[in-house]
Amino acid sequence: MFSNLDFTNLDLQKLVFGRLSLADIPYHEPILLVTFSVVALGGLVVLGAITYFRFWGPLWRDWMTSVDHKKIGIMYIILALVMLLRGFADAIMMITQKAVAFGPSEGYLPPHHYDQIFTAHGVIMIFFVAMPFVTGLMNYVVPLQIGARDVSFPFLNNFSFWMTVAGAVITMISLFVGEFSRATWLGYPPLSGADMSPGVGVDYWIWGLQIAGVGTLLSGINLVATIVKMRAPGMTMMKLPVFVWTSLCTNVLIVAAFPILTAVLVLLSLDRYVGTHFFTNDLGGNPMMYFNLIWIWGHPEVYILILPAFGIFSEVTSTYCGKRLFGYASMVYATVVITILSYLVWLHHFFTMGSGANVNSFFGITTMIISIPTGAKIFNWLFTMYRGRIRFELPMLWTVGFMVTFVIGGMTGVLLAVPPADFVLHNSLFLVAHFHNVIIGGVLFGMFAGVNYWFPKAFGFKLDPFWGKMSFWCWLVGFYLVFMPLYVLGLMGVTRRTQHFDDPTLQPWFIVAACGAVLILCGILSLLVQIVVSIRNREALRDTTGDPWGGRTLEWSTSSPPPDYNFAFTPVVHDLDAWYDMKNRGYARPLGGFKPIHMPKNTGTGVILGGLSVAFGFAMIWYIWWLAALSFAAIFIVSIVHTFNYNRDFYIPADAVVRAENERTAVLAGRV
Amino acid sequence: MMHTDTAPPGTAPVFHLEEEHHPETSTLLGFWIYLMSDCLIFAVLFATYGVLGRNYAAGPSPKDLFDLPLVALNTAMLLFSSITYGFAMIAMDKGRQAATQAWLAITGLFGAAFLGIELYEFSHLIHEGAGPQRSAFLSSFFTLVGTHGLHVTLGLVWLMVLMVQVGQRGLIPENQRRLMCLSMFWHFLDVVWIGVFTFVYLMGVLQ
Amino acid sequence: MSIAAATSALRARAQRLAARAGLLRAALVLPLTGLLAGCNLVVMSPSGDVAMQQRNLVIASTGLMLLIIVPVIILTLIFAWHYRSSNKAAVYDPDWHHSTQLEVVIWSVPLVIIIALGALTWISTHTLDPYRPLSRIAPGQPVSAETKPLEVQAVALDWKWLFFYPEYGIATVNELAAPVDRPINFKITASSVMNTFYVPALAGMVYAMPGMEMKLHAVINKAGVYEGLSAQYSGSGFSRMTFKFHGLDQGGFEAWVAKVKAEGKDLSREAYLDLEKPSEREPVRYYASAADGLFSRIVNMCALPGKMCMSEMMKIDAAGGAGVHSHENRERLRYDNRHIQQGDEAPGATTPATGRAPRSEPRPGDTPPASGHGGHDHHEQSKPGPNDSLAPAQRSNN
Repeated sequence: MFSNLDFTNLDLQKLVFGRLSLADIPYHEPILLVTFSVVALGGLVVLGAITYFRFWGPLWRDWMTSVDHKKIGIMYIILALVMLLRGFADAIMMITQKAVAFGPSEGYLPPHHYDQIFTAHGVIMIFFVAMPFVTGLMNYVVPLQIGARDVSFPFLNNFSFWMTVAGAVITMISLFVGEFSRATWLGYPPLSGADMSPGVGVDYWIWGLQIAGVGTLLSGINLVATIVKMRAPGMTMMKLPVFVWTSLCTNVLIVAAFPILTAVLVLLSLDRYVGTHFFTNDLGGNPMMYFNLIWIWGHPEVYILILPAFGIFSEVTSTYCGKRLFGYASMVYATVVITILSYLVWLHHFFTMGSGANVNSFFGITTMIISIPTGAKIFNWLFTMYRGRIRFELPMLWTVGFMVTFVIGGMTGVLLAVPPADFVLHNSLFLVAHFHNVIIGGVLFGMFAGVNYWFPKAFGFKLDPFWGKMSFWCWLVGFYLVFMPLYVLGLMGVTRRTQHFDDPTLQPWFIVAACGAVLILCGILSLLVQIVVSIRNREALRDTTGDPWGGRTLEWSTSSPPPDYNFAFTPVVHDLDAWYDMKNRGYARPLGGFKPIHMPKNTGTGVILGGLSVAFGFAMIWYIWWLAALSFAAIFIVSIVHTFNYNRDFYIPADAVVRAENERTAVLAGRV
Repeated sequence: MMHTDTAPPGTAPVFHLEEEHHPETSTLLGFWIYLMSDCLIFAVLFATYGVLGRNYAAGPSPKDLFDLPLVALNTAMLLFSSITYGFAMIAMDKGRQAATQAWLAITGLFGAAFLGIELYEFSHLIHEGAGPQRSAFLSSFFTLVGTHGLHVTLGLVWLMVLMVQVGQRGLIPENQRRLMCLSMFWHFLDVVWIGVFTFVYLMGVLQ
Repeated sequence: MSIAAATSALRARAQRLAARAGLLRAALVLPLTGLLAGCNLVVMSPSGDVAMQQRNLVIASTGLMLLIIVPVIILTLIFAWHYRSSNKAAVYDPDWHHSTQLEVVIWSVPLVIIIALGALTWISTHTLDPYRPLSRIAPGQPVSAETKPLEVQAVALDWKWLFFYPEYGIATVNELAAPVDRPINFKITASSVMNTFYVPALAGMVYAMPGMEMKLHAVINKAGVYEGLSAQYSGSGFSRMTFKFHGLDQGGFEAWVAKVKAEGKDLSREAYLDLEKPSEREPVRYYASAADGLFSRIVNMCALPGKMCMSEMMKIDAAGGAGVHSHENRERLRYDNRHIQQGDEAPGATTPATGRAPRSEPRPGDTPPASGHGGHDHHEQSKPGPNDSLAPAQRSNN
């Protein structure tokens, strides 16, 4: 009834609102209505609390406009955790649908809704959970580990973050205004083309990724430049902490892969908006071109996610084993080899496209070759544990969980790289189980290890171990319960993305998987409880040393949380584990002689540009051309105006540094 | 235990710098990395043209459409603009602000001429019914050449902004750095255009 | 630090553990096999020779990899337990971080396994290339020269399968049959979006793509009824885009063909165009006859009257295009928009294009099954494409 709002001139409505009308707001959908009420209510509570505690000023000054890599890193991780809740809500809806939709039962999600959920799940988990998690940790840790005061381009860093948020916001808007794409997380044409997927779904997907992609690319450039140029004196490439090495390779991959995603999404947008024929069936278009291009981005993307996790495991293993990492050099070479090879394997995602035996076996074998350096890494962690003295703090638990789980995922991955084996397992639940095995067992476990490891550095107190262990065991057992049945189902010839099954013998497996999903839910809740409990018990969990774990790299040499300027004096590096070396050789923390420190100034431009990008994306999705033109012009003008600001940095006065450092001296002395 | 540098026994090694640490500025490196990522976008567009460039959809082919002398003129404009930008950089090195500005203005004019000719070519093609919707060949042609044109447009805007900023503040180090970045950008577009000219126009007409 | 001592100690420990692990594995595997026995692991127990070879390859590759995976998992758990900080008896050597011998081992063992697996991959990928005609119907039973394979042309429609049997002139929807032990040559295409053609018991899958003709060679060795499906998501009706594949003995197959001929109608071009419209949960249909060259027209995207066949377009393009005065060709080649123009809901449509509220329940009376009415093809005025024309993407295996 609302769709027929009686405007005197319907064209006027089109002019103002594009294809948006009240009917596009799913107010009659109970699931969404409840979700929306919860989100709105929660949002109001948060906003109210911020207002009540007069937190707006500090929030704007100290966080949103901050160019401090530490704060930006923390904000990335908060974004990742928030989006994890959304992505997991999708997951649990999918698995419960699969567990009940057998035979005569249709389940509770019609295909129309179910298809959006699996698309959103994939998109959100990769782009708005895994990516912000990885980027956040790199942002926080890399400058500290290389003894720098910030990244190379601090404003760009802030801007990148807000572009990522803008992409996430656009994706989330689709929940309440219109619909999300149903064309799978990679949007294969011709299905995602204008003729097969009219409507706003694919456009939401395109603009969400495109805008977030800008942020990712710029952040990649930023971190490469930072690692190349900002290292502390003495830190040669072969003295870089392994996490920095893996971050470097990851960011090189980002710089070399994300432009391809940008370009291929532009081409798809042109097909949809302008009517070109890149990926259509007709008039000479070629959808197979899209498959190749998207996977030339997509496969390196997998390594973009996993390499930093590898780096975290290396840091964690070496710290908690109280041992120098075994085979540092081979670890570095393995990382570089993986980086290069990750560009030579993309075709293994579509062996079944009939590329011919020579091409298929080439890409199959290159894929297998990647398992050699990966295997070497596993062995290196193994032999770091050998003759170590392992403290099973939370990060180490996640690491051991990873090592056992990941090798299974690696094995099934290599199996899928054998083309004829892939012919029977492609697009099956076996494949789904495989990539969840490496992404959960590898990336996510790595991120949790990293969060537990660096949390005391970032906030000055450790995370509660009891709830951390709860979270770990729920995740680990839950993971096996969900995905081992999926491996079996894959061998039963069950394919992915199905919303309904005829064969009732499959049902027990899905029910087991659904139980596992509930266990994972407990894992997520435990994580949240862990954070709350830790904040409440922060005094008991307080770290006054700055080095709670007996760390080995430079981030542990400064206070927890580090001062804005990270290091009062730039450290000089002599050995691989720089901080371990300093501790070993009688390093004395300087107590005087502090000088003013040159730092970048905060700026609101990033937030503004992010907000304008949301407006632009939304306008493009709904064909609201005036708003699109307006917001685009505004983006342009704001960027130009920003370049007229030459006054971008300031000095932290020496007495402020003295005060901060004296405070730390007192804390350190009080501890003894 | 091994250390790569061994301080003489008894003396404590230096673990921090007393003076302010100034890492070299990363702007040029960062911009260079950005250019490489941009280069990949062009690589995708070239590859797409390579795959789809002969799918005329029973429509016009390069031979029917391209006007080589016009494109040659166009190419000349862009090449000249690259040379004049070089002169601007030489003037900048010598600290001669007025000359720099003049050469930048000339560069801008050449760039604008290039864009004008390109727009004329596009409108002519579309008028003939050979727009980007006609065939995959034309889709990829318009996208590749148009993306380059879009870059030139952005370069022009940037050039004008920089002229204003040089006018306001002179050839201060920040502005010099910015001019160097634009220089890399401008020459990069030149290189890409040479690829477009050869791969799309010459090979299209001469095949 | 003596590496030799370390490695020999390791070796001794590993041997002891291997023995223990064997027992452990047996204890773990037994109940698991019991559980699995209750369900049909069709990929692991297929009924066609090609799928059987693929199954064997899965087992062989997994076995090769387990050679390294199992020791790694066991070593991880042992090291984690043995070197726990509370075990003061364990050796602690904080400076031990390099061993050339060990490095050589940890790089070369995976390398050796990958070389073996790579060789296996190269050979099997070539022998099991879906484009390669079968050389045997079962181990030790080569295909004789006079064997004439059964040709089946499969079309993935939105969302049902259409099969042509050119040898018999018949066609079916959502039911496929083939005689046991006779090689089958599939030619596979799709009408609007991508799918995969997959009968797990028979052979691995290949994509079904619009405007392309894919090939698959397979044979079924055991009579029975098997599941067939699309494994590539293709829109709303994807989950129910399944069909039954009947492996029949020779007599049974002939009876089946006769039944199709007796019960079936004619699949004219109009009937096809009607059938091709998006619809879900289609019943099995039989067609006693099919319009001439219909499959070729489907592959070439010119089943719709008035459309130019892709083969013709490609001929024109290869000759250098049709010049600037060829505007009318554009409309004759537009193909993807036909459903939208006819008012059918597109496979991936979302609001507002669907014209229904976001994420609402399925539309009432979800697409009534298209009836395959008989009648003759009245659209001969359109320019016919060469019946024997090559599909655009047809590829010889040589």
